[in-house]
Amino acid sequence: MIANIGYSALVLTLLVSLYGIGAALLGLRKNRPALVDSARNAMLLTFPLLTLSALSIIYLLATNHFEVEYVASVTSRSMPMYLKVTALWGGQAGSLVFWSWLMSAFASAVTLRKWDRDREFLPWVIVVSLVTLAFFLALNIFVENPFTRLWALPSGQVIEKMLQPAGSSLYFPTDGRGLNPLLRHPGMIIHPPMLYLGFVSFVIPYAFAMAALITGRTDDRWIRLTRRWTLWAWMFLSLGLVLGGRWAYDVLGWGGYWGWDPVEIAAFMPWLTGTAFLHSVMIQEKRGMLKQWNMVLIILTYALVIFGTFLTRSGVLSSVHAFAQSAIGPLFFAFIGITFTASLSLLMQRWNVLKSKTQMTSMLSREALFLLNNLLFLGILVVCFWGVIFPLISELFTGQKVTVGPPFYERANGPLMAGLLLLMTIAPLSAWGRSTWQTLGRALWKPAVAALVVLVAVIVAGIHNIYALIGIFLASLVIAVTLYEYGRGIFARRKRHEGNLVIAFLNLTRRDPRRYGGYLVHISMAMLAIGIVGIEMFQTETQGTLSVGESLTLGRYDMVYEELAVFDAPDARNVARAVVSVYKDGEPVGELYPRRDFFYDSQQPMTIPGVRSTLADDFYVLLVDWEEISTNNATFKVYHNPLVKWMWLGSWVFVIGTLISAWPEKENSLVTKRSRQRVAAVVD
Amino acid sequence: MEETTITQTGSRNRMKFIMGGAMIVAAVIYLIVSSTQASAQYFLTIDELVARADEVADRDLRISGAVIGDSIEYDSKNLILTFDVAHVAGDNDELEAEGGLAAALNAAVMDPTRSRITVVYEGPIPDLLQNEAQAIMTGRLQGDGTFLADELLLKCPTKYEEAVPEQASDN
Repeated sequence: MIANIGYSALVLTLLVSLYGIGAALLGLRKNRPALVDSARNAMLLTFPLLTLSALSIIYLLATNHFEVEYVASVTSRSMPMYLKVTALWGGQAGSLVFWSWLMSAFASAVTLRKWDRDREFLPWVIVVSLVTLAFFLALNIFVENPFTRLWALPSGQVIEKMLQPAGSSLYFPTDGRGLNPLLRHPGMIIHPPMLYLGFVSFVIPYAFAMAALITGRTDDRWIRLTRRWTLWAWMFLSLGLVLGGRWAYDVLGWGGYWGWDPVEIAAFMPWLTGTAFLHSVMIQEKRGMLKQWNMVLIILTYALVIFGTFLTRSGVLSSVHAFAQSAIGPLFFAFIGITFTASLSLLMQRWNVLKSKTQMTSMLSREALFLLNNLLFLGILVVCFWGVIFPLISELFTGQKVTVGPPFYERANGPLMAGLLLLMTIAPLSAWGRSTWQTLGRALWKPAVAALVVLVAVIVAGIHNIYALIGIFLASLVIAVTLYEYGRGIFARRKRHEGNLVIAFLNLTRRDPRRYGGYLVHISMAMLAIGIVGIEMFQTETQGTLSVGESLTLGRYDMVYEELAVFDAPDARNVARAVVSVYKDGEPVGELYPRRDFFYDSQQPMTIPGVRSTLADDFYVLLVDWEEISTNNATFKVYHNPLVKWMWLGSWVFVIGTLISAWPEKENSLVTKRSRQRVAAVVD
Repeated sequence: MEETTITQTGSRNRMKFIMGGAMIVAAVIYLIVSSTQASAQYFLTIDELVARADEVADRDLRISGAVIGDSIEYDSKNLILTFDVAHVAGDNDELEAEGGLAAALNAAVMDPTRSRITVVYEGPIPDLLQNEAQAIMTGRLQGDGTFLADELLLKCPTKYEEAVPEQASDN
């Protein structure tokens, strides 16, 4: 019953979407605004319809309707309620519905804005959004239907079908297969929605870009309209990536956070083009340049978003073996191919209109440095893309499959990322239009001295790895330059008697949220770099089997094995939990509880580390094995991960910075304020 | 007169930017080519590994095979893990012909005539290591015919619809 409702809602949404596309196109052709309005209402309707469909799945998941194949494949009776509900995105079919649901929410939100000043964009934004939505709905309806049920035929055979075959009856499995225990982690539960939000919200700027191309209104209106969408998209995507890393760090049990496997890279690639886009649109706004380039970037981002959705949810995995393990592979490639070609040919048609009148004059000007930043981001993108497709290329040309692993990405991307850090130290100090070494040097020398002091301190502390030193120097220079910029702004405000430091700081940020929010993001990237240098270059590890009371030493830490308890937890789980005391330089700093959970239903263990995390380092303990019954002996693997907390702290700074950037700007005089507010209201 | 100077500086400027861009592109190409050379690994099936053992003896390799559950042994004192893997097809079409990855892995483990190899790995035992899991390992073939893995990725297609994120380990 519920399954039928959910499925009907899906079908209905597809029909409504197709109607919307048709009505918008027809309304344009016949010049009938009423039809466009009707298309707009259709787009608005997709959200409640898909909400109904998504809620149906959630209901089925929550109430153990195992006769629905999807429910049986991702949940089991022993799973707690929050996991059953979030299993909506635990498998392929459900996560595609979830994708469409988010997409419809964003599409509806777009239709609700005031369109008075951009009426001509509306039909095309509707068409592009609904075509995207219709594609995903069609996948769900025809290929990956989450509502198919299990039917027992008179012959005793059980088959999977949406509609009841003649003479059959519903088949009820006693229990589902459950969600993999490794995925039962808060990071993993929030990680897919964040990635999806990021993916989906990039569709909106793309839709506006296409609308601008088609209508020929190629000024930077579309960029201004979508600036905030892009920032939100970017923030969600970044958060998705960070949460994925956090999950790997907490759950996968090797003290790592990023493994350069194709699925991670698939989510990373749209982030790269998106970040480049965020920067280069500023050149278009300020200087009217790079219009074609911005189009290229948003088209690429859209293609990579669809590609990313496919790779992260299609069962294609590290093996690089296959880009088409499930039936949806070819469909995805066809869709990406068609939209990509269509967008590019549109862009070609408008190429000359998009030519800019101004030229770059100075290599050190802000716009030139932004362009350089774009080149570096695209360089990293090419490296990543090359790494993913290299096995296919090598097989094609030599008949031998050759892969490249993490060392390839680290080696090739390292210098490019260092280049980006370097740019973050120069670009904020350079001026639009024209800069010289002299003006830059005058602004740069004070922060440079501060960074040099840090460098010397680090060398004195005994670190001599050249790459680590470069990384730390650049990161501290970024932080110094950014703080210096803040300081200059605050100082100027204080001179004009704007009260105390805090108020001056807040006013400064409010005055130009975009700039100062962006600076915070720069600081967060430097913090990320510090964390990466710490764990990548200075991770140490040890292991040992200890009797109760014995200790294990790693660097300045000692760890004493106190006890171990084995017990059954209520959710069909057997827990082995060790207690270890940790000492730093001989001083007790606390207890850790590394454990191993064994899930009875899936017959799978899950190792959960005990971690003591400080700004200086993480002490990371895994329980590897123990003596049954007596529990006198237990084996531990211990990692010392310096500075890794900077990574997680950096991501908080990052979120705050992005939120500030997306904040509506405050204007000076009341008159412009009011008129701008009206504009802002329109924009929102 | 003045106009020509402007166009001249304009084109000189253009040249400067093109040169700069070309340098970045060249740097990216250099990084890609040299890093590919430095870290390329043959991706072999167990059949290929056995057949070409002499030729690939000193190279970094990436191999894939089906884990044979009965062979898993763990020396938890020294964290030394050993297990056998059986040959599974590397090609997706072949896997599909066998009825998908899960069926292919099952067939590989059940079939004693398939070529097999012993893998040695040092570290905590991965949670996903179990019978009929697909193991993808990087490392080197040793003189005694065992494969010393320094990275071990596992996936278990049988149990869950979703291909589960692999568990990785670096040593």
